[in-house]
Amino acid sequence: MHAITYEAPKSLEHALRLLAAAGEKGRVLAGGTDLLIQMRAGVRTPERLIDAKTIPELQVLSFSPHEGLRLGAAVPCYRIVEDPVLCQHYPGLVEAAGLIGSVQIKNRCTVGGNLCNGSPAADTTPALIALGAVCYVASPRGTRTVAVEDFVVSPGRTVLQPDEVLVEFRIPAPPPHTADCYQRFIPRNEMDIAVVGVGAAVTLDGEVCTAARIGLGAVAPTPLFAREASASLVGKPLDDEAIATAAELAQKIARPITDMRGTAEYRLHLVGVLTRRVLKVAAERARAR
Amino acid sequence: MELQEHKFKVIGTRPIRHDGVDKVTGRAKYGADISLPGMLHAKVLRSPHAHARIKSIDVSAALALPGVKAVITGKDLPELPPGSQQMGELVVNPRYLSMNIMARDKVLYDGHAVAAVAATSPHIAEEALKLIKVEYEILPPVLDVRKAMQDDAPILLPELRTSGTPEKSDKPTNIASQVRFARGDLEAGFRAADVIVEREFTTSMVHQGYIEPHNAVAQYNADGHGTIWVSTQGPFSVRELCSHILQMPLGNIKVVPAEIGGGFGGKTTVYLEPLALLLAKKTGRPVKMVMSRAEVLRATGPTSGSYIRCKMGATKEGKITAAQVWMAYEAGAFPGSPVGAGCMTILAPYALENLQIDGFDVVLNKPKTCAYRAPGATNAAFAAETVIDELAEKLGIDPLEFRRRNGAKEGTAQPAGPQFRRIGYIETVEAIMNSEHYRSPLPHVPGKLVGRGVASGFWFNAGFQSTAIVSINSDGTANVVTGSPDIGGTRAACAMIAAEVLGLKAEEVNPVVTDTESIGHTDVTGGSRVTFATGYAVYEAAQDAVRQLKERAATIWKVKPEDVVYQDGVVSCVNNGHEPMTLKQLAGRLARAGGPVTGRAAVNPRGVGPGFATHVVDIAVDPETGKVDILRYTAAQDVGKAVHPSYVEGQIQGGVAQGIGWALNEEYYYDENGIMRNTGFLDYRIPTCLDLPMIETILVEVPNPGHPLGIRGVGEVPIVPPPAAIANALYRAIGVRMTELPMSPAKVAKAVLEKNKAPQ
Ligand SMILES: Cc1cc2nc3c(=O)[nH]c(=O)nc-3n(C[C@H](O)[C@H](O)[C@H](O)COP(=O)(O)OP(=O)(O)OC[C@H]3O[C@@H](n4cnc5c(N)ncnc54)[C@H](O)[C@@H]3O)c2cc1C
Repeated sequence: MHAITYEAPKSLEHALRLLAAAGEKGRVLAGGTDLLIQMRAGVRTPERLIDAKTIPELQVLSFSPHEGLRLGAAVPCYRIVEDPVLCQHYPGLVEAAGLIGSVQIKNRCTVGGNLCNGSPAADTTPALIALGAVCYVASPRGTRTVAVEDFVVSPGRTVLQPDEVLVEFRIPAPPPHTADCYQRFIPRNEMDIAVVGVGAAVTLDGEVCTAARIGLGAVAPTPLFAREASASLVGKPLDDEAIATAAELAQKIARPITDMRGTAEYRLHLVGVLTRRVLKVAAERARAR
Repeated sequence: MELQEHKFKVIGTRPIRHDGVDKVTGRAKYGADISLPGMLHAKVLRSPHAHARIKSIDVSAALALPGVKAVITGKDLPELPPGSQQMGELVVNPRYLSMNIMARDKVLYDGHAVAAVAATSPHIAEEALKLIKVEYEILPPVLDVRKAMQDDAPILLPELRTSGTPEKSDKPTNIASQVRFARGDLEAGFRAADVIVEREFTTSMVHQGYIEPHNAVAQYNADGHGTIWVSTQGPFSVRELCSHILQMPLGNIKVVPAEIGGGFGGKTTVYLEPLALLLAKKTGRPVKMVMSRAEVLRATGPTSGSYIRCKMGATKEGKITAAQVWMAYEAGAFPGSPVGAGCMTILAPYALENLQIDGFDVVLNKPKTCAYRAPGATNAAFAAETVIDELAEKLGIDPLEFRRRNGAKEGTAQPAGPQFRRIGYIETVEAIMNSEHYRSPLPHVPGKLVGRGVASGFWFNAGFQSTAIVSINSDGTANVVTGSPDIGGTRAACAMIAAEVLGLKAEEVNPVVTDTESIGHTDVTGGSRVTFATGYAVYEAAQDAVRQLKERAATIWKVKPEDVVYQDGVVSCVNNGHEPMTLKQLAGRLARAGGPVTGRAAVNPRGVGPGFATHVVDIAVDPETGKVDILRYTAAQDVGKAVHPSYVEGQIQGGVAQGIGWALNEEYYYDENGIMRNTGFLDYRIPTCLDLPMIETILVEVPNPGHPLGIRGVGEVPIVPPPAAIANALYRAIGVRMTELPMSPAKVAKAVLEKNKAPQ
């Protein structure tokens, strides 16, 4: 155990300076619901914590039909769950944010932290992938964008450099007859990490699917965009057969492991079950719009 | 004075518990709340290997770290001779116990203690652990009970020989002991059967999951006396075990029990206590130790995983003709699984003429098991009650009716021999048969498969030694002092028993749990014994106080004590016109009538009343994910006499909750190297409140003839039926007999898939 300094920058620019000065010893702190636990367990040993929650740029939460959603990386999940506009336009993202931990955890934790922690099982990541969310990343060198599905590189590691901060997510406004859904499987009814998580968003024109995206969690070293499965739905009616085909294609890209949360065989089975289930719910929601 | 059931004024009511306000306001002092001036903090270095020889330990760098005051390893603990000893109610092997709390030449499981450091802060102690250099020679681990029994298995304890075998062998082995219970003619019994069912079962090692981690604060004085403050179920056992392990005179150790945040059997032995006392001795300063959750899971005593084969036969009329059981229990790294109790409980609810039960106690590279609520009985009932259910199904008899036809009654010989006195097993079966739950149809749940299951369970309960003091205060209230840590509302129960005898209200009695120097010997809070045995001592001590009060009144009135009557807190004189005195009036006059009144009693009651339970559960299964939801649960139990019905119901609900966790999700998950992978409550899945329905209870009161108030132990038997009841419900829902615990979603989903694939 060593001494830690804590900084609460009041602007992004200040935060970037602090982070650059700290080098390898610095780390962004959002809700701390992953980071503090990892520090206690000795898994991560940062010496300088730079608080993301005090940076105004990271607290943005706005929606317009024209711009879509801007979701600041440090917005706590309770704000997402309680936001009527998000509930209306992005029910799947709200479902995912609502599943994280307990009321207490949701009051602290953030979607940015969920992604930057780099866990393949993070609940909001497949939901973001389904929505085609893009990450805005800032550093002293400027700003770059990264698709959510390209953000995590291996368990616990992301594309972020030590001097980079995830500022916000941008998510397109949903076209007419578009809806998303996220479901995960856990053995209990709360306080668990996804054995498998699947997010899906679909757009319908009548019964025909004109766009679809499926994101998978906890079935590979990183969260996955199920590209082929998604593409297989486009141009077809969203019926049981199309859904079954997409589920099988999603299973094809899953490379799960066996661990204390489930066997590889079981996870593969669940990818099929959950893909079918979320596609059905998303389709029903899209029809209702 | 004889207390008649219909006259109870306090027993059977639901007063607020005496320790309640302190607990809900956060004032109660648990083990980790204790802090002494100049106190050091100690941490334990634990083995990262499941099985390894310790080649060397270099503590020099740790000792050199500023703030570090002492380091101990196995070398600092006395070497003890082999062999077991009777210690109170426990048979203990002090040598193995010492080797368990600090490894000597070998580490035998992931988390086995290797060294301990005392420093001026917990952080320094932690840093110092990283500076200890241990050289290991890694050995192959053995993690499966049947593999551990094989001739070519890696041997854990070279000195171990199987006890209980017909012929003595000098071969090193992992089989610590074997037992057999048999009677009648097994073959003839199976020949007489119209239906025979035989199945194999496996269960995983599971932990009690108490919320409060183990802790100890120790102080050692220059005069050779030491004090230990600790959250424990047995302060007297801690004293005795520390005396053995450290070779200190028993009378030189005082143990002060802190408030206890759960035990369930897991806090009946020692882990940190001797280490803290030894470090206190070495440093001359008080030493505090508190485990992390991971340490609790890796290195304290869970209960056994097991392998059980069970075969039973029955006639068309529904009479069981024979039963044969073969069971091997994981002891952990040192001998002492509850396989004996498993053998003695597995068939106990039934009247059987022909039976044979073989049990094996097997060491392997997992933590040494400790008691857990009805130790050994839950695994056993999972096997036997599934087979019973299948027999009933094959015979087309209602499973409860089948149990009623074969159920044990007064006079039935137990598998282990002795006959039952008056018991209430059949009454629990009938209580479920007649319950609104069992008579209601199963609910329909869209998209789910639903099923209902029943199962029964048995537990002996315990007696053992207890001491109690009941003293009368000058205002006519009373104090009850015992040595039984309160893990289930027993302060309230003891106060209520004294109040009943003295004619006081429950809140006019102050129950106190004290240390080992302030009360006579009292065995552990365990075996569901406190309300029975300590309650017995309280009853006797209160009677002793009443006898003295009558003497004092006789002195005041100048009559014979026999002429004084004590009734409902009032003394009166049978044959002359003295004005009756309330206890309050009499208590105020004691100073001039012979001095204070203190009743006392020390007991070792033999009339233990066993506990029986029958449960019914409704479940809904998601056929695709295999997830099981408990829709409704009702538990009927013979509780003898419910002193405080709310706490009896609480015990039943708690036991069922743990049984449901054991059934569905809980397990020690080891990788192939024997490293435990789920060392926290995230992945060691005890049920959350969202996973449980309100658990309904039916209290069946068949008084125990062996207790003046009819009391039986109630705390343990409710954990016994749930896994079997849920397995039987699963069968009704999915058509597959689940024979492996936990019946986790993955296993259930696989069972459904395979059943659907199989040709019908
Ligand atoms: C009891 C409990 C239950 C939980 N349940 C769930 C669950 O059901 N599902 C689930 O997915 N997770 C769960 N979690 C994990 C955790 O709560 C989530 O991953 C959460 O979203 C993390 O967010 P945070 O803001 O607390 O992140 P932090 O812990 O603050 O940060 C996580 C990581 O991201 C980095 N980081 C954070 N923000 C930024 C940024 N803007 N720029 C750069 N790096 C950044 C940090 O440096 C750190 O490495 C649970 C945790 C607990 C303690």
